[in-house]
This record gives sequence, structure tokens and C-alpha cells, in this order.
Amino acid sequence: MTTLDRIAPARPNRLSGFAARALKRPAFLAGFAILGASLLLALFPAAIAPYDPLAFDMTAIQQGPSLAHPFGTDGFGRDVLSRVIWAYRVDMQMAFFATVFAMLIGLTTGALVGFYGGIADAIFGRVVDAVITFPFLVLVIAIVAVLGPGLVNMYVAITAVNWVYYARLTRAEIMAQKAQDYAAAARVLGYSDARIIFRHLLPNAISPVIVYWMTDMALAILLGSSLGYLGLGAQPPAAEWGVLIAEGRNFIMTAWWISLMPGIAIVVTGLGFSLLGDSLADLLRPKGR
Amino acid sequence: MPSAAYLLSRLLQIVPTFLLVMVFIFLFVRLLPGDPAIAMAEAKASDQQLAEIRERMGLNEPLAVQFGYFVKNTVTGDLGRSILMKRPVAEVILERLPVTVYLSLYAVALSVLVAAPLALFAATRANGPADIAIRGLFQVGLSMPVFYIGLVLLTVLGAKLRLFPVGGYGRSFIDNLYHLALPALSIALYTSAILMRNLRASLVEVLDSEFVQFARAKGLPRRIVLTRHVLRNALVSAVTLLGLSIGNLMSGTLVTETVFAVPGVGRLMLEAIFARDYPLIQGLTLTFAVIVSLTFLATDIVQSWLDPRLRQA
Repeated sequence: MTTLDRIAPARPNRLSGFAARALKRPAFLAGFAILGASLLLALFPAAIAPYDPLAFDMTAIQQGPSLAHPFGTDGFGRDVLSRVIWAYRVDMQMAFFATVFAMLIGLTTGALVGFYGGIADAIFGRVVDAVITFPFLVLVIAIVAVLGPGLVNMYVAITAVNWVYYARLTRAEIMAQKAQDYAAAARVLGYSDARIIFRHLLPNAISPVIVYWMTDMALAILLGSSLGYLGLGAQPPAAEWGVLIAEGRNFIMTAWWISLMPGIAIVVTGLGFSLLGDSLADLLRPKGR
Repeated sequence: MPSAAYLLSRLLQIVPTFLLVMVFIFLFVRLLPGDPAIAMAEAKASDQQLAEIRERMGLNEPLAVQFGYFVKNTVTGDLGRSILMKRPVAEVILERLPVTVYLSLYAVALSVLVAAPLALFAATRANGPADIAIRGLFQVGLSMPVFYIGLVLLTVLGAKLRLFPVGGYGRSFIDNLYHLALPALSIALYTSAILMRNLRASLVEVLDSEFVQFARAKGLPRRIVLTRHVLRNALVSAVTLLGLSIGNLMSGTLVTETVFAVPGVGRLMLEAIFARDYPLIQGLTLTFAVIVSLTFLATDIVQSWLDPRLRQA
């Protein structure tokens, strides 16, 4: 620590200012709390789940929601709540792995085509047009049809389509940043392209991408559980919300809770990501400060 | 009406995009491990059948020539033979397509019926308790996967209250309003959440604009201002949004057709995937892409008709 640091008044820290504004928002706090709880459930299901998710109990078959079993039991007497809690592990992973590579690839590609323009940009524009011509789900399941069902193949299929959306967003942001004075100044100073793109432009272009990533993780859970339900994503006996819902499908007339209770987890977690994403969007928008 | 020049230029824009779409679909079967002819043939295909398929796809020629064959076959409506249905792919798709088109239009009609009044109600009370409650409710709707909305409706309205049939397809147009009510509503609840959010935002913006204030200052009745001035302007963004959500809508039909056993192209796609019926998967993927790009085109035309300023672009 230098002398100057010791005598100068504490500078307002960018991060603590952000945290202070964030903590005043109920939507941010709610989203943060939901996702924090979801992460705990994903990390320590054994400590939190009231029953063994795989233990059969022949004395408690297809029992409706009660104090002993808040989400009821399934056809083998397994506790539905415990199965839903164990499924957090797979579904939270799905939110992350189905989006993170798409985000990284899209960020890099978008930054490069946005910065250099030219033929690469023109080709990129055509690729975007072609990809958005397919319904997202149709394209993803067509790729899964080639690769075969399963979690990893699902990640590959989603990433193969999804990076385009991130790249489109990043490209637009980089184009806007490129026109700013500071970018011209960096160029005049003779900095390398790589330095200008990754040290100057990208940090200023990244916040909309992060916001989109949050909402996209909610979409990834919706998409992943849909694929699980259809039999193209996570495979039974893996505990995944879509798979659990599909398992109860045939008992929906007599034991609706087996299918409908796991959906609550999807809705709550999705809501957590959207709340966090929307309030981050408000917080990061320069106008709103 | 939009000018002929505008329509022509917009039509020409589709060509390069569609060529790339064709390249994707063409590469799809070639990315499968092994001989594309075997992938496109029945499991017990004879050598002669395989030779016919090779001939039709031009598999003995270079890749670029094969692509030429693919484009030629597709344009002439020859999409190959379905392994699952043992009939021409084009025939099977054309038979199932009206079901999905009916379901989609039904869903769009329902989502407008749900979203438009609520959006108007919320926008005229922006940031009041009613507005916040409506927006909160729709935020929950956005976090529900369509298949789950479908299962909830099926359980509550179908199985418990017995208001609607739990699946299948009716015999006539009117009959289907009843038979497809639950699947259409499942999709509509999801799309109306997106629509309601956007429509509310653009209504708030229009309500705040100078020409609306002027119309009010003139002393026009509130109802006239809302319908003639506000709704007409908010309509442009709603049409655009509906057009751009066609992909979501198609994804929605795929899932709900499966949940409610509706015999449309969405369910056919899944049947094709589980049967590894690659000619059918290829034909269906192409069909979905055609539907989406025609909808995009129609959206642009309607948009330029509603808002003449856009024709310059």
C-alpha cells in the first residue's frame, strides 16, 4: 500500500456501487435467492432430500401429497420430492453446459466479424438468416437424430445452433463500440487488433451478452427438460425434471403429482434466471444509473 | 399496398438464404457415419434398391454434383421414400400438414385473444397493482415449458373437469375447435406471454406519444383514441412479433402434438426420429424451414402495408 492510498479518501468502488444498487431491487434479490437455493440443492442433494430417491417403499405406493411426502410418491413408493431434489444436479448442469460454449464461441466469432467486417461478415449474415429459418427445437432434434439421444449430444446440438444468437448480439455491440472515440484513440496509439478487440471493445460490449446468457439459461432448462420429456435428452434412470415428468405420464389420471410436481422446480428455477437476467439488464443499462 | 418492386426485391432475398438452408439439410445425411444410401434405405433394402437410391441422389458423382441432384429433386417435389410409412415423403407430409397449420392458426388466434385485452388493460394502468400482477403472472407463464402447460391443462380441464377431450383429432372444422382446444391453448399460453409483454411495452410507448395526446386534447372520446390511434400503431409491432415467433410456434406444435397425440407434422418428426427415418426427417426439416421463411416474407409484406415508412428500407 502506498502513502497516497493511505491518505486519499476511499474511492467509490465500481463493484460495491453495483452491489449496493442491486441489493435495493427486490427482483434481483428474489432471483439471487432462488438460484442460490437451487445451487445448494444441486451440490448437496444427499443432505437436503428427506428420502433416498431410489429406495422403493411398497407400503407407500402412489400416495398423494402429504406431510410425510409433500410431493407424493410414485408407482414404486419412491418419494417424488427427493427425486426432484436429486434432479437439480442434472438440470442446473444443463443450464450451464448447454449455454456456456455457445456463449464463448458466439462472443469470439461475433467480436471478430463485427470488428473486421468484409466477406466474413457477409457470410456470417447469410448463416444467421439460414439458422433462424429453422425452428430452434426442430434443428436441435434433427442434430440429436444424427448424433443419438443423450445429455452430451444434446449439449453439442444446442451449442451448434445457439452460438449464432450470441454471435449476432456480440457483433452488433462491437459494431457500435467500434465507432466510439476511444476505439479510434486505441488505433492511433498503434495497439494490435487483438488488444483493441479483447481489451478495449469486448469489455464494453459484453453486458448485453451476459444478460442474454442469464435468460438463455432459463431457456436451456425449458429446452433440456422438453428434450428429456420427449426421450431425446437425459436418459432414464437419470433424475432430470423432464424425464421425471415423462415417467408419470401414464399415471396422470390416477396419480397426477408424479408428473405435475417436478414441473414446479422447472418454473421456479426458470423464474430465478429470468428475474436475475431482467434486473441485471436494468442495472447494467447506463441510462438507468 | 407495397409496390411490385418491393415485393420482388424481398422475394429475391430469400434465394441465397434458402440455398444455404438446402446446404445444411444436404450435409445432414452426409454427416451420418457410413453410406448415405444405407441411411436413406430400409433396413432390408436389396442391392437393387440401394443402387436406385444411389442413382437418385447422384452418390457416385462428386459432392457438388450431388448437391445439384438434391436441389433438382427437392424442387420437383421428390423428397424420397419414407422408411417408416413406406410411401413417398412428400405425400405423407402433405397429408399431415393441414393438422399442424390448423393447430398453429388456432393457437395464434387464442394468444391474440388472451394477450391483446390484457395488454391494453395493463398498459392503461402502467405500474399500478393490476399491471404488476398481470406481468408477474405472465412471467410465470414464460418459465413453463409448453409440454408442462399441456400436461397441466390435460389433467385439470381434460381428466378432472372433463371439459375437453384429452387428445386426438376431429372430423370437421368445427369439431376441431373442440378437439384441438387444449393443445392450442397450451401453445397460446406460452406465446401470449411473449406477445403480452411486447404489446404492453409498445402500447405504453404509443399512449405517451404526442399524436395521442393531441387526439385527447381535441376531445376525442377515450374509446376512439384507444382503437383508432393507439391500437393501430401498436398492431405493427404485434404483427412483427407474431411473425418472428413462428419458429417458437412450430417448436410448440411439435411438443403439444406429442403430448395430446395430434396427428400433425410435429409428432411425425418425432416418430421419424425414433424410427431413424432419415428421408422423412430431411423432408420435415425442409418443410419447417419453408413454413418459417414464408411466414417471415408474409410478415414483411403485412408490416410494410401497415406502416408505409418501412417500404424505403
